[in-house]
Amino acid sequence: MYSIEQLRKKRFELRKCVLDLVYTAKTGHIGGDMSSIDMMAVLYLNYMNVSPEKVDDPDRDYFILSKGHSVEAYYAVLHEAGFLTDEQLKSFSQFGSELTGHPNNKLSGIEMNSGSLGHGLPVAVGISLANKMSGRPGRSYVIIGDGELAEGSNWEAAMAASNYGLDNLCALIDRNGLQISGDTESVMKQENLRRRWEAFGWNVIEIDDGNDVGKIADALDKASGEKNRPSVIIAHTVKGCGIPFMENRAQWHHKVPSKEEYELAIQCLREQMERV
Amino acid sequence: MNKIANRQAVCEALMQAAEKDENIVVLCSDSRGSASLTPFAEKYPRQFVETGIAEQNLVSIAAGMAKCGKRSFAASPASFLSTRSYEQIKVDVAYSHMNVKLIGISGGVSYGALGMTHHSLQDIAAISAIPGMRVYLPSDRFQTKWLFDELCRDNEPAYIRIGRNPVEDIYDEKSEFDINKAKLVKTGDDVLIVACGELVRPALDAAFKLETEGVSAGVIDMYCVKPMDTELLESAAEKVKLVVTAEEHSPFGGLGAMVGRYIAENMPGKRVVNFSLPDEPVITGTSKEVFGFYGLDAEGMYRRIQKLI
Repeated sequence: MYSIEQLRKKRFELRKCVLDLVYTAKTGHIGGDMSSIDMMAVLYLNYMNVSPEKVDDPDRDYFILSKGHSVEAYYAVLHEAGFLTDEQLKSFSQFGSELTGHPNNKLSGIEMNSGSLGHGLPVAVGISLANKMSGRPGRSYVIIGDGELAEGSNWEAAMAASNYGLDNLCALIDRNGLQISGDTESVMKQENLRRRWEAFGWNVIEIDDGNDVGKIADALDKASGEKNRPSVIIAHTVKGCGIPFMENRAQWHHKVPSKEEYELAIQCLREQMERV
Repeated sequence: MNKIANRQAVCEALMQAAEKDENIVVLCSDSRGSASLTPFAEKYPRQFVETGIAEQNLVSIAAGMAKCGKRSFAASPASFLSTRSYEQIKVDVAYSHMNVKLIGISGGVSYGALGMTHHSLQDIAAISAIPGMRVYLPSDRFQTKWLFDELCRDNEPAYIRIGRNPVEDIYDEKSEFDINKAKLVKTGDDVLIVACGELVRPALDAAFKLETEGVSAGVIDMYCVKPMDTELLESAAEKVKLVVTAEEHSPFGGLGAMVGRYIAENMPGKRVVNFSLPDEPVITGTSKEVFGFYGLDAEGMYRRIQKLI
């Protein structure tokens, strides 16, 4: 467990880990990694009832990375939380590795396979429903990309979650405004996002800085306190957050940094960490 | 003529299992009536989930519930379940390895005159192509009841296609089966008919009719299409000159394709002919009329085999 204050520094170390993974393997989705990593860090290192010692505990909380392509951020956080060894982490994307380019639940700590978009929320509805049915305390958390919301299955699940009154379910939307083809608003409009979720019967919590670990934790607290309906945190994030030359640029969706870019990024992260 | 449809045997088995095991859950997508699962929903409302008309969500919710230790049985018309939810079956059930049993109700051309939107003639091909998915097509109510008793106890995913209309009995309460095997219903030395689901009964009747004319015809009930009982297939096909497959499915990727492939690879020189529905929109009619039109009833199979030998 880390305090929120500790996470303010840790978030740069985690970013360095992501950068190393992507640079070494020459593959990855670095932009979305950087926009969603703070939410994963708060969930796994501060907030959720999960640990490597009790991966099968029926009372644990459940997490699904619906935007499975941000897996490098997930691996960095799982490693920090003790689910993955150094050796496992080093094998990322290598021939025969368990650490594939999208989450696989053969790996300890990963609940469900994802990568095909629009699956996390419907599965989390099933988990939350089963936990309610069995009287288990575990809550479900899902990180969904904003571009991913164009998948209709999300809205089937949104309808079902409020229909069943799943207050043990919290969706977090990585609202970075960009997807592989460019601006989300030019690809498929997400305007009135708050009203869309409200119309589906959800408690909507919006945070203006979804890369601020303190604001993320506060939003999670609000979600946990909500009764009789599911909560969604619309987290306004920055794609590529923490590495200035990657920030808010769609081309960093899955670009691999050159040697010079890698070194510059490391320097940027180091400077920011020193300022915390 | 038996008046009890196989789907009623599904409900009976699930209700008996739910009585003893609170982890048995049944999910429907506005399909409880078609699935004959209304009695289950009424008796076990706490173990029943209605997802509305949303087959993709049905499958993902079933997978999420299985993640928490539930034994999920998701029932929806086979046509929608097998192809509209295909991605969810592939990713959330099979790839994530969740204990979800997918019950494709009103399978094949059960819906008759409702037309192509409601026929499931690609399901065996589609689901069999997914690693880890088992595919069952039980042939009568006794076998269906036995199969679901078994499925309520095991922990692996499976797809089960169930027909809508009552079919004549082949077995009785005392009949015995093995979960991933086939059943040799009748032995024969000249021709072997390998059938599944609702075509087993007409295949058997065709075999009896051939017998009266001196043609010795064997019948295998391949209720478990995947994994296929190739041991029984090989031993039953050993002596015969002709193997015929019979299925309520498209000609591609189903029972015929699997049997044909196995025999081509392992029993060189043996002829295999596939009786299936055609690769085109099928004619309007009840399933009985459709089977008759395409030569999939007992009379049709009998005549076609006569011509082949």
